[in-house]
Amino acid sequence: MVKEEQDWTIEASSSLFDLKLNEVWAYRDLLVLLVRRDFVSFYKQTILGPLWFFIQPLFTTIIFTFIFGTLAGISTDELPKPLFYMAGITAWNYFADCLTKTSSVFKDNAGIFGKVYFPRLIMPLSIVVSNLVRFGVQLILFFLFMGYFYFAKGAHFQPSWAILLFPLVVVLMALLGLGLGMIISAMTTKYRDLSFLISFGVQLLMYATTVIYPLSTAIEKYPKYSWLIEFNPMTSLIETFRYGFLGKGAFSWEYLGYTSLITIVILLTGIVVFNKVEKNFVDTV
Amino acid sequence: MSKNIAIKVENLSKAYQLGQIGTGTISRDLERWYARIRGKEDPFLRIGESNDQNIKSESNMVWSLKDINFEIEQGDAVGIIGRNGAGKSTLLKILSKVTAPSTGKISGKGRIASLLEVGTGFHPELSGRENIFLNGAILGMRKKEIQRKLDEIVDFAGIERYLDTPVKRYSSGMYVRLAFAVAAHLESEILIVDEVLAVGDAEFQKKCLGKMGEVSKGEGRTVLFVSHNMDAVSALCQKGIVLQNGRKQISSAVEEAINIYQEFSQNEVLLWESTNENHSPRFESVAIDITGNQPYLTLNINARLVSDQKYAPAFITFDIKDDRGKTIIQSMPSATPFIQINQGTANLDLKVELTGLVPGFYSLSPWIGPQNTVTYNRQEDILVFEIAQNPTKNRVFPYHKSDGFISAPTSIQISYS
Repeated sequence: MVKEEQDWTIEASSSLFDLKLNEVWAYRDLLVLLVRRDFVSFYKQTILGPLWFFIQPLFTTIIFTFIFGTLAGISTDELPKPLFYMAGITAWNYFADCLTKTSSVFKDNAGIFGKVYFPRLIMPLSIVVSNLVRFGVQLILFFLFMGYFYFAKGAHFQPSWAILLFPLVVVLMALLGLGLGMIISAMTTKYRDLSFLISFGVQLLMYATTVIYPLSTAIEKYPKYSWLIEFNPMTSLIETFRYGFLGKGAFSWEYLGYTSLITIVILLTGIVVFNKVEKNFVDTV
Repeated sequence: MSKNIAIKVENLSKAYQLGQIGTGTISRDLERWYARIRGKEDPFLRIGESNDQNIKSESNMVWSLKDINFEIEQGDAVGIIGRNGAGKSTLLKILSKVTAPSTGKISGKGRIASLLEVGTGFHPELSGRENIFLNGAILGMRKKEIQRKLDEIVDFAGIERYLDTPVKRYSSGMYVRLAFAVAAHLESEILIVDEVLAVGDAEFQKKCLGKMGEVSKGEGRTVLFVSHNMDAVSALCQKGIVLQNGRKQISSAVEEAINIYQEFSQNEVLLWESTNENHSPRFESVAIDITGNQPYLTLNINARLVSDQKYAPAFITFDIKDDRGKTIIQSMPSATPFIQINQGTANLDLKVELTGLVPGFYSLSPWIGPQNTVTYNRQEDILVFEIAQNPTKNRVFPYHKSDGFISAPTSIQISYS
């Protein structure tokens, strides 16, 4: 086998913008294997196996339907309540999983990172892709719900053309979670406090996103504070997701454009910060 | 870079922060940042000093490595030797890109495979086969490459029957064999190995050493090897680099490097001083050094006793324990109380013959008392010393403590009839 000679240097500091993306590409097999490992090890020695992926969204939907829909009587934009919540939960869970898992990537992998070098970016990327598998499985459950309500219950909803934007919405959710997670992970290597913040921070953020209520209701009831919800880049993604599949939700190109811009800025910041920290984090974790 | 230099290290230094990390770091980070934008040196790095772990200092930055320079030629097998804390592991970590240096530069040619630990990234739930692929990919192999080497790896590890069993059901020996096999079959130009051979049984250790010898001599790959086993180093390596307190002492042919290492690891005087001022009578200080050559080593002990008044005469013992805390040698100059204890200081010089003590780390615990049931003063594990040389010349396979701590000098006469 002919192998090209690879010359390398190790230096104290490198350019902030040397993102080493070509290295990440060279390790793409590792990415695939890590995703496989996450998936396989998740259900090994369990009885229900991959069914576990269904249980969490299913029960959350039931509880949300009961508490927010029936008890509190929050509007669901004339959609069947379980369907409305499940759309929000499925999409939100993907983002939240990407964010929380990425944010603890240094702490969780300190053992491996301390012993072997590979482009560290592989780890958060593998988290995002692993969660994508999980998201895909949960999406099937959502489709089953859609079918059930449409055919068995005769509910009225009409998927709109925005369903074509679905891949973009998923990519934006993934990158936003990845970017934010990387920024937080980089900071937690020095300031541990942030890891305490993240778990309940994500929960708070969910209430500032239109998971359990439609944006229209929020604007109507709290006209002064609804900008908080509108500025939240996740809101437009959830709304677009709902608008695409269920035909109800606030969608506009400007709003989606705003989210895309924020996502790109956060992602780039995340990669730069992450790459800067990964060189020395072994000494501080 | 000249054509046949595989690794070139220039002015390499690495500073570590001691003590608590995370308190006041924001203000420090701001100070650092402010110094940097003015083009000044890092204010916290400047006060660092050499990493002598016996010396306390005011500064909380130490140089784990300081101004290291060396070159390694392609195809060389180089042993890196030094006491615990000399900077060996830091050097390997920087070379394997696990952590970045504070200053300096390393340039090199060819892919590096580093074995700082075996089985990194092994997942207990996955089968042997799945772990081979995962571990190989972590070490930087492409899937195709692993596929091609799969048979060889499985064969070397000897786990064919268990290939599809989760590795959590493996014996620890199988686990280690598999892990080493993956790394050893990585097609890299440079192989870095850190004492992984301390695990596994004697037969497997021989196999590993054999494989590494094959890698460096047969395949012409560059090997960097860190070990406390001097005989393994001398069997495998042609060159040696000796580190002490983060500085490079010498880089030369391996025999010379080992001699130098043994000289200063033996002739170095280790000192302990009491911090308890009240107790009486008590050991005030104990200093030890080791002289002689294996198997005739002598442990020289200088102990100072202080007392505030006259006490009944005492006798003294020095217990030597192994690294698991088991007392293996007791030295007692006399079994009757013979040391007169008066007000003031008594200076005791002892020589303990450590004939044939096998390589390893040992600790010293002195005791003094008037009867075997009455104690004046007992100090546990105050000093740790290392035996680096082998009692038996040219022995390559390791010493296991379960086989005893003394390799007694033995003569033999054989007659055939």
